[in-house]
Amino acid sequence: MIAFWLLAVILIASAVWTISANKPVYSVVALLLNFATLAVLYVTLSAEFLAVIQIIVYSGAILVLFVFVIALLGSGVAPFPTGPNRLPKIWLPAGVFTLAAFGFLIYAVSNVKMAAAAATGAVGSAGVFGSVADFGKALFTVDLLPFEVTALVLMVAVIGVITLGGEQMSDAEAQQSKVRADRAVREAILREGKG
Amino acid sequence: MSVPIGDYVTLASVMFFIGVIGVIVRRNPLIMLMSVELMFNAANLLLIAYARLWLQNVGHIFAFIVITVAAAEAAIGLAIVVTTFRPEKYVDVDDIAALHG
Repeated sequence: MIAFWLLAVILIASAVWTISANKPVYSVVALLLNFATLAVLYVTLSAEFLAVIQIIVYSGAILVLFVFVIALLGSGVAPFPTGPNRLPKIWLPAGVFTLAAFGFLIYAVSNVKMAAAAATGAVGSAGVFGSVADFGKALFTVDLLPFEVTALVLMVAVIGVITLGGEQMSDAEAQQSKVRADRAVREAILREGKG
Repeated sequence: MSVPIGDYVTLASVMFFIGVIGVIVRRNPLIMLMSVELMFNAANLLLIAYARLWLQNVGHIFAFIVITVAAAEAAIGLAIVVTTFRPEKYVDVDDIAALHG
C-alpha cells in the first residue's frame, strides 16, 4: 500500500517532468525514471514478464532510439522552433476537457463493484498467474494469432522506416545505377565462366 | 491485491492526461512523441492492473501487443522527425582532413 503511493508519486512527478523539460534529453531521463518505476509497479501486480519487457524494450530500445535521434539532430543548429508554447491560447478548453474526462473516469470506476481474487501458488512456477511460464504458454497456444500479428506490425514498421529514410534518387540516377549494376553482374558472370 | 482498483485507474488516468497535455501543449516533436509513449504506458498499467484483479492472462497479452505497437510507432515517428529535420550537411570521414599530413 505504501509502496503503491510512493511509486505513484514518482510516476506522476516524472511524467510532469517529461512534458515540462526544456531539452528533449531531460525528457528522456524523466521518461526513463517513469518506465523503471512502472516496471516495479508491474512486479507488485505479479506481471513478471512484462516488467522485464518494460525494461528491455522501453528503456533499452525505444528510449535509446530517442537518444540517437536527439544526438543526430542536436549536433547542428537547433532544428526545433523555440517560440512560446501553445498553452495560453487553449488552456481553458483543454482544462475543461481534461477535468470532465477525468471526473467521468473516476465516477465510472467508483460505481464498479468487484471482488479481488487472490493469486495462489509459488511465485514463478507454471500455472501461477503472471509467471513467465504461464505467459509463454498463453502466448504460444491460445493467443498465437495476436502474437503472429505482432510480427506483421513490426515488419510493416520496418518497411515504413526504410521507405521514409531511404535515399531519394531521381529517375535518371536510378536508371544509371541500374545500368551500372547490370553491367557489373554481366562481367562477374563472364569472369566466372572463364575461371 | 491490497490496493483498490480505483487507485490504479486514478493513477493511470492522471498519467494519460499528462500525456495528452504534453501532446497538445509542447511544440517539440520529440517531446510530443514521448508524451504519446506516456499515454501508451498509462493504458498498459490499466491493462495489467485489471489482469491482476480478474487473474486473466489476456490483459498481459494485450499489454505485450501495446508495447509492440509502441515500438513500431516510435520507430516510424522518429523516422518522420529525422526526414523532416534532416541536417543538410552529410557526415563523411573522407571530408575530415584537419590532421592531414
